[in-house]
Amino acid sequence: MSTSAPAADGPLTDDGLVQLLTPAGERVSHPEYDTWAEDLDADRLRAMYRDMVLTRRFDSEATSLQRQGELGLWAQSLGQEAAAVGSGHALRPQDHVFPSYREHGVAHVRGLEMTDMLRLFRGVDHGGWDPAEHGFHLFTLVIGSHTLHATGYAMGVQRDGLVGTGDPTRDTAVVTYFGDGATAQGDVSEALVFASVNQAPVVLFCQNNQFAISEPTTRQARVPLAARAPGFGIPSVRVDGNDVVASYAVTRQALERARSGGGPTFIEAFTYRMGAHTTSDDPTRYRTSEQEEHWRRRDPIERLRVHLERTGELPEVFQAQLAAESDAFGEHIRTTVRAMGHPAAHTMFDHVYATPNAVVDAERAWFTQYEQSFVDHDGRQTAGGHR
Amino acid sequence: MTVTSDRARLTDLPPAPAPAPFPTGTQLLPMAKALNLGLRRALANDPRTLLMGEDIGRLGGVFRVTDGLFAEFGDDRVVDTPLAESGIVGTAIGLALRGYRPVCEIQFDGFVFPAFDQITTQLSRMHYRSQGRLRMPVVIRIPYGGGIGAIEHHSESPEALFAHTPGLRVVSPSNASDAFTMIQQAIASPDPVIFLEPKGRYWEKGHVDLDAPLPAPHGSPSDLDHARVVRSGTDVTIVAYGPTVATALKVADAAAAEGTSIEVIDLRTISPLDTATIVASVRRTGRCVVTHEAPVLYGSGAEVAARITEECFYHLQAPVLRVGGFHTPYPVSKIEHDYLPGLDRLLEAVDRTLAF
Repeated sequence: MSTSAPAADGPLTDDGLVQLLTPAGERVSHPEYDTWAEDLDADRLRAMYRDMVLTRRFDSEATSLQRQGELGLWAQSLGQEAAAVGSGHALRPQDHVFPSYREHGVAHVRGLEMTDMLRLFRGVDHGGWDPAEHGFHLFTLVIGSHTLHATGYAMGVQRDGLVGTGDPTRDTAVVTYFGDGATAQGDVSEALVFASVNQAPVVLFCQNNQFAISEPTTRQARVPLAARAPGFGIPSVRVDGNDVVASYAVTRQALERARSGGGPTFIEAFTYRMGAHTTSDDPTRYRTSEQEEHWRRRDPIERLRVHLERTGELPEVFQAQLAAESDAFGEHIRTTVRAMGHPAAHTMFDHVYATPNAVVDAERAWFTQYEQSFVDHDGRQTAGGHR
Repeated sequence: MTVTSDRARLTDLPPAPAPAPFPTGTQLLPMAKALNLGLRRALANDPRTLLMGEDIGRLGGVFRVTDGLFAEFGDDRVVDTPLAESGIVGTAIGLALRGYRPVCEIQFDGFVFPAFDQITTQLSRMHYRSQGRLRMPVVIRIPYGGGIGAIEHHSESPEALFAHTPGLRVVSPSNASDAFTMIQQAIASPDPVIFLEPKGRYWEKGHVDLDAPLPAPHGSPSDLDHARVVRSGTDVTIVAYGPTVATALKVADAAAAEGTSIEVIDLRTISPLDTATIVASVRRTGRCVVTHEAPVLYGSGAEVAARITEECFYHLQAPVLRVGGFHTPYPVSKIEHDYLPGLDRLLEAVDRTLAF
């Protein structure tokens, strides 16, 4: 765990990256983090491999659904599966996640019904799942806002006395995910301030995928992003975000620090967004195919596949079962999304307030009457209904 | 209430004296003290209520509204925060998600804008976008309004910006009694409440019944959602709230001396708007003047006037007039009393409406 600034030669440096699995699939040693990955036996590694494969399938299905007009927008996670799945595997059930809208792999590891995430993008609701059910908060589309929510939530955990008890079933950490672009937002700086002065049990997990839509990380920072945290009094680490083993190890250590009362940690997962920012984006305008090819050779799923094959831990039967599971999963996603109902118009008035509100009630009553004016005595729509 | 031992604590000063026992009975109190007692009672009644803001701890707030609460409840419950308004509200949202009831103090009205994003894009709509799963029992206390000779950004009236935001309740007490009650109701509310404290009235005294049972949290019909007729009259209705209620009452006194009977309505709640109370009054008087300190253009008075036009058109003897701030930034303090809706400008509007 480095608390000093990494080499200040720009935010894209590879220097100081924690890596436990090379792009060639070779398991390498790290003096500090080997112990944090010790519990990753072949079963756990295969589970991570499966989670990454299914996350990628989910992502590609959602992308296709958007192209078919079934979703209004989609934010791909292609290429970032290792950081999400590795860190997600380090969480305990009682931990709480405040994600950005690209953490599909974390959601999958937390056990969310993945299609629920697509409700937002299909335009049938603004959330889609119960944050309490899997300890996975809703997306906040204003970049970086949720890092403060995570910090405040962690301050609540602290007040609840669920830090440093020594009981692994009670000690609780909070993790918040955000991109490199978010680090330029004032709220992220304020989150670092509040997390630091309160020693809040929060892990600030920055997925540096190198682009904030079209802007490279160099437009957000002059130093590696992890170099900023020590200035706030927060230890930081840079990890190879395409290395699922290292992502797991550094997150596990940071979460353990949080749970034990050691305060916040900043993680910069150095990765690359292989897809577009969203399906509305055109990355060919701002990056080269050579660069994409460079990162394709660092693919997070491929390197774990090679590693498991080399060590004889990826039997063909497992691969076949996973392929079948992935196909069934894809089918499930397609049929579920297409079956999502059209919300009734009057539901727009629901849940504006937790308690009755005279203005909303009056507007709902007016709208109901207005809608009914288009229905004849036999219950048939007579006119209107133009949406 | 446990906090990990390594969390930085403020232990460098000698312990403060033990707090006085909670007063009882009906007392004549300034509004600031009434708010202080309301906060104190809320902290005592619910261990998950906490105050957070700049300088609210040992200093007791720049207006001393939180005076003594740090000593009584400690730094876990009365939290001196970093100087970062977005951070205050953003972390309050997180604390609310964890089941706490944070009461944030924004030091002055003009400093709420760094937190405006968190309030309008996050706090106000968490319940809505979670399909009612997440509640935001957060109170944002803002000393607001002018008349105290302050410098820039210390005298503003941003209520319309919040009242225009669905999901927020926006309230402003005009007197000590309401201040004591409404702050407790706001804290009890499961919805976020923008609690606007008319700082120019902090030192005005009123009778407060400290033993009065707290009315039900608003939502079901309760006092917090209702405007109140604070003076009955027959010729003109003046609709006011917060700092302008006292001015309106003075106008009513002055007009009575000239034979004009003025009814004064204290809105108390800017959002939701209690249209029924306003409409009932204007249907009787046929004339209405709305007043607030904020600029008139697109202000909350415009909403009141529009609602009256929709519902009282055939009862009106004159157009609804508005008296408020001008479409200028809040001016320098030496001329702020020309900007604020005072006695003379309100009387002029009353005369105009009677002349129709």
